[in-house]
Amino acid sequence: MEYEDFKNNDYLERMVEELNRDGAGIILSTIDEVINWGRSNSLWSLTFGTSCCAIEFMSLGAARYDMARFGFEVTRNSPRQADMIMVLGTITYRMAPVLKRLYDQMAEPKYVVAVGGCTISGGPFIKSYHVVNGIDKIIPVDVFIPGCPPRPEAFFYGMMQLQRKIKAEKFLGGKNRKMKKNENLSSGDKE
Amino acid sequence: MMEEIKSQTNPVADNVVIVSTDELVKKTEELRSRKVSPMDYLHDIVGMDWGEEGLGALYYMESTETGERTVLKCVANDRENPFIPSVSHIWKTAEIKEREVFDFFGVKFTGNPDMRRLFLREDWKGYPLRKDYDMNSNPLNLDNEENADVTEEYFITPDGKIEGKENVIFGKEEFVVNIGPQHPSTHGVLRMRTAIDGEVICKIDPILGYIHRGIEKISEQMNYRQTLAMTDRLDYLSAHQNRHALCICIEKAAGIEVPLRAQYIRTIMDELQRIDSHLLFYSCLVMDMGGLTPFFYGFREREKILSIMEDTTGGRLIQNYNMIGGVQADIQPDFCKKVKEFIKHLRNVIKDYHDIFTGNIIARERLIGVGVLSKEDAISLGATGGTGRASGWANDVRKRHPYAMYDKVEFREIVYQEGDSFARYMVRMDEIMESCHIIEQLIDNIPEGDFKTKTKPIIKLPEGNFSTSVESSRGEFGVMIESHGDKSPYRLHYRSTGLPLVDAMDTVCRGQKIADLIAIGGTLDFVIPDIDR
Repeated sequence: MEYEDFKNNDYLERMVEELNRDGAGIILSTIDEVINWGRSNSLWSLTFGTSCCAIEFMSLGAARYDMARFGFEVTRNSPRQADMIMVLGTITYRMAPVLKRLYDQMAEPKYVVAVGGCTISGGPFIKSYHVVNGIDKIIPVDVFIPGCPPRPEAFFYGMMQLQRKIKAEKFLGGKNRKMKKNENLSSGDKE
Repeated sequence: MMEEIKSQTNPVADNVVIVSTDELVKKTEELRSRKVSPMDYLHDIVGMDWGEEGLGALYYMESTETGERTVLKCVANDRENPFIPSVSHIWKTAEIKEREVFDFFGVKFTGNPDMRRLFLREDWKGYPLRKDYDMNSNPLNLDNEENADVTEEYFITPDGKIEGKENVIFGKEEFVVNIGPQHPSTHGVLRMRTAIDGEVICKIDPILGYIHRGIEKISEQMNYRQTLAMTDRLDYLSAHQNRHALCICIEKAAGIEVPLRAQYIRTIMDELQRIDSHLLFYSCLVMDMGGLTPFFYGFREREKILSIMEDTTGGRLIQNYNMIGGVQADIQPDFCKKVKEFIKHLRNVIKDYHDIFTGNIIARERLIGVGVLSKEDAISLGATGGTGRASGWANDVRKRHPYAMYDKVEFREIVYQEGDSFARYMVRMDEIMESCHIIEQLIDNIPEGDFKTKTKPIIKLPEGNFSTSVESSRGEFGVMIESHGDKSPYRLHYRSTGLPLVDAMDTVCRGQKIADLIAIGGTLDFVIPDIDR
């Protein structure tokens, strides 16, 4: 697939274009681009595999799907070394405090990918007395990957969306000169 | 003795013998120690809420000599303070099973040394599987959970009163290491509190429930067709076999004939699933022990199975293929060809597996003689599957109670006598070849015909207790249904294959080095969602 065909959710890129239309710092924004290029291609995930989706995630690591092509292959078991947390599988009431705690322990900037029906809404167990109906009730989620479990291709698709999101981020100065100061503050700059 | 045979009218239902709480221990001891076919294997304890009648449990037991099965029913009439005497001194596995019943129904077992909750938080209010439980009574609690180091035991004083005393799990002087719940080598979200003395493991206290999804309770609100969807998600590496078990149980109770073609397909799929699971076992065990290359070997072949399954069922990991009265869709035209090609390929490459790992000196040093489980312990703990067979207990359900096509095919039951990690590993590796052998006998002879029978849109089961078990990838998977004649089960219980295995961790690991803990856990081969249900 060519990059130009990758049309879904390209509103982020369009938004960046729009913001930069009236001029942006050349040097700083170029450095930003380089940083984001690096960050988005070496996403280290904290695997939080609780059930079925984790087994599909293992398939991603093996030769047929090989997530190393995208730079996701490094999984960390310590939250302090991870860029993102991949929640693979049902989160129950007993697990919820643990997930919250691990998320809090991660260093900024951090991202959350919710994989599978259970993490999105509780999935088939939505009526249960012990299942969290969507992890967005506990932690903020960046990308949802639906499926039960999602196919490996769906994993990649979701991860590429996260890459796109990261590429649109700004780290260094680079404020739009024509914007008023207040607008800058509300635009969610990470500075 | 007060005995009553229930549901005599229905020949396929279980014969449930009712015993009073006073007689339970006497009766079970008698069954356990009798000369002819002693009931030495406690299959499962199923907690029940019979409403007005009271709370209680069903005891499913089996003789390993003759395969004879007995079901006892014991009811405590007092709903406020139900007490039933414990049988944990007769079968070791009863201890954790009784904890499960206590957790779900609040039945207290007098004489059980450990009466903590098993799956739910210690500060959980109420007992969720009781019929009068309010589903909204325990909202999400994000406070960190603290685990008590003491537990309660109830016992009957000589003058008939019930009193409680405290038992210490971990003393103040013990050094306790926490492993899990989020640890990649515990194969899921198992948490083990491990007391160690230097490098030697003194005690393991498994803490479960991190993936307890309440499947048994949800199933009570579903009709029988809907309950099938849950089985695949229990032990996702035995998805076919689990669903097969529930289908057999419902078909048996409702009197539905399954066409021969469907039986063949089911058996082949079960065996493919077993190969798939054992390949994953191999990959994960080796990875847990620090070898990365074999992981790629195992997954290379596993992907081939997944492709074959996907062609026919549409799913890779969770296939939702079996259904009541047959299978969902007919096999793909090139299914047989692909399966035969795969088996030929697997027979060629399996030698590489053994070359790279089985003969490896490091692997042998770390597996041979480590983590020995004796045959007596295996039976008493109910550790079925490859774990039990590695300890010399021939427990294969395919041989003991054949179902589907297993009585028509010829295969060898792999039994090792050593009971150590290496034997457990070899059982699985040899079973891959046996599964290939079974498939080869069936694949060319799949008869023409329907792949499913027509069933009524709404399936109602007659009243009674029904149970089945199948040999899943990692042990005996059982289904117990109590039906009151409705379109949904009154109670649906699954016998977890992994719960006795996790329970066995404490027995197996005591006195071993902490470094071997993960390898022992890997060879026991449990899947946590199946334990927590």
